[in-house]
Amino acid sequence: MKRIVAREEYCVGCRLCEIHCLVQHSKSKKIIKAFREERDSVLPRLRVEESGCVSFALQCRHCEQASCIEACMTGAMHRAPETGAVLCDTDRCVGCWMCIMVCPLGAIRRGPDSHVASKCDLCIGEDYPVCVANCPNEAIALREEDEVNA
Amino acid sequence: MHREPYVIIGNSVAAMGAVEGIRSVDADRPITIISNESHHTYSRPLISYLLGRKVGDDDMLYRPPDFYDKNNIRAWLGVEVIGVDPRAGTLETADGRTIGFENLLIATGGKPIVPPDVEGAEAPGVFAFTTWDDARRIQEYIEERQVESAVVVGGGLIGLKSMEGLVQLGIRTTIVELADRILGATFDDTASAMARRRLEQSGVTVLCGNTVTSVEGTEEGLKGVVLRDESRIECSLVIFAIGVRPSVDVVRGTDIEVDRGILVDERMRTSADGIYAAGDVAQADLLLGDGKLPIPVFPNAARQGRIAGVNMAGGEARWRGGIAMNAVEVLGLPTVSVGLTSPGDDQCEILSELNEEEEQYRKIVLRDDRVVGAIFIGDIDRAGIITGLVRERIDVSEFKDLLLTKEFGLLSLPREYRKHIVSGRGIVV
Ligand SMILES: Cc1cc2nc3c(=O)[nH]c(=O)nc-3n(C[C@H](O)[C@H](O)[C@H](O)COP(=O)(O)OP(=O)(O)OC[C@H]3O[C@@H](n4cnc5c(N)ncnc54)[C@H](O)[C@@H]3O)c2cc1C
Repeated sequence: MKRIVAREEYCVGCRLCEIHCLVQHSKSKKIIKAFREERDSVLPRLRVEESGCVSFALQCRHCEQASCIEACMTGAMHRAPETGAVLCDTDRCVGCWMCIMVCPLGAIRRGPDSHVASKCDLCIGEDYPVCVANCPNEAIALREEDEVNA
Repeated sequence: MHREPYVIIGNSVAAMGAVEGIRSVDADRPITIISNESHHTYSRPLISYLLGRKVGDDDMLYRPPDFYDKNNIRAWLGVEVIGVDPRAGTLETADGRTIGFENLLIATGGKPIVPPDVEGAEAPGVFAFTTWDDARRIQEYIEERQVESAVVVGGGLIGLKSMEGLVQLGIRTTIVELADRILGATFDDTASAMARRRLEQSGVTVLCGNTVTSVEGTEEGLKGVVLRDESRIECSLVIFAIGVRPSVDVVRGTDIEVDRGILVDERMRTSADGIYAAGDVAQADLLLGDGKLPIPVFPNAARQGRIAGVNMAGGEARWRGGIAMNAVEVLGLPTVSVGLTSPGDDQCEILSELNEEEEQYRKIVLRDDRVVGAIFIGDIDRAGIITGLVRERIDVSEFKDLLLTKEFGLLSLPREYRKHIVSGRGIVV
């Protein structure tokens, strides 16, 4: 099993991951269209934090003990049984923001156009999350579970 | 006598947490759930959305319809537990059954405080607002009587939630609050005033420092309420939301230790062997400060339930202390409050930033260089990072100045803590 890791020593702060993430989660999935016409209705699900010369990309860690699932009052925030990913069922989310209140990473946002929580879904259906696939410096990488914990 | 391995009284947040906790240790021994409400497990906070017709009956379920089957749960719904016998290891139901247990979890939650000394409080048209059935009855009453105006007694969380449901139905609503401001338990003066302004802009009348002393009804229905200052408000519906208290009735008369709630240790054990309590009914350790108190909020109930479940099944999990926290949208205004938000003493340092025009407010309360409370109104997106600092008791002296800046984020945190939360186990691709 593999996990996403952020390697801040390799991140150059180019924010390509944010762009790819935004496009991936837009309706059109086309970069020009996404930026021209959908800019107000879609947000990247990860964010690059930058301070001086340090930067890194941050998205949901799909925590094993996920505070957001625990605090979700509708049951919308759940763990996908097949993949273990923490996902928000947007049909059931009412936008109470309990998840935002408890996420220690600040990795969940209010959806820009719909009143639901917006977070990393690990790009369901893609072979690799687009942030991993498109990072020029492998600052967002996939690693085997045991390497990560080593 | 036959003994069920796991019996849970209650079918809500703490109970479901316990099921998940038990199942993380013990995959198959049966779990018995007994609840006096007859619904499948549902989301209690959603009842205001249901009232306001923002969600339908189908959206109320807190766990999917097949949850009981999948987890080998026998659910006895609509069955009231009337007593527990800790020595015999049995409990009794209102329909005359006696059930033996090896492990029992009391997850009976809270029940609404009945207003003392209010004349006419039993009249039709007067409701509490804590259950799905309450919401349904209120809805039916509103339709039947064509209710156009209502009074909500209590300006706390549940009062505001019920107000919101009523406003969404186009009902003219007045909130009557005894204290001098609404949401007084979780907000400071500034935040309360901002919430109040939001309400008033939406046409809600807010009366503070006042309360309802009598309800006037006739055969045809409710006519209005009389307040302490002898003024009168016409209305055809009244909701009392003056607080909840732990539902400890099932252990009355036993030697299980009870203070305000059922006292539990860090593994959620009561003073009786094999009997646990969790959620709104439990009185557990506080995160900040000594002693125990019930803190009736959702995330605490879920976590306590899970901890109880793990321990009931022979695992090991401990409660690290509870803290009040809430995320509430006040008629569309997002708010988050955590911990101690308006300290009475001067041992706290306060950082705050207010922009009233844009309805933005952030406040952080520090004691001994640790965050002990916070309020966020408007932009709440990174409030969770602060909640994390509170929960983990992180020393913030090195980056205090950054806490309220726009750039504040994980990068502002000490590298060690950052690595710790960023590399928490769990991402599976
Ligand atoms: C309108 C409303 C809005 C809320 N909004 C929020 C919010 O935004 N954020 C937040 O943190 N919290 C909120 N809360 C509080 C939150 O719902 C509670 O903290 C949570 O439900 C507690 O869960 P619990 O499992 O401990 O108890 P409960 O949810 O109260 O459940 C108790 C269970 O025990 C059963 N029971 C009780 N007595 C008996 C008996 N004698 N025999 C058999 N069964 C019994 C009941 O049927 C029920 O199934 C809200 C509450 C209400 C009413």
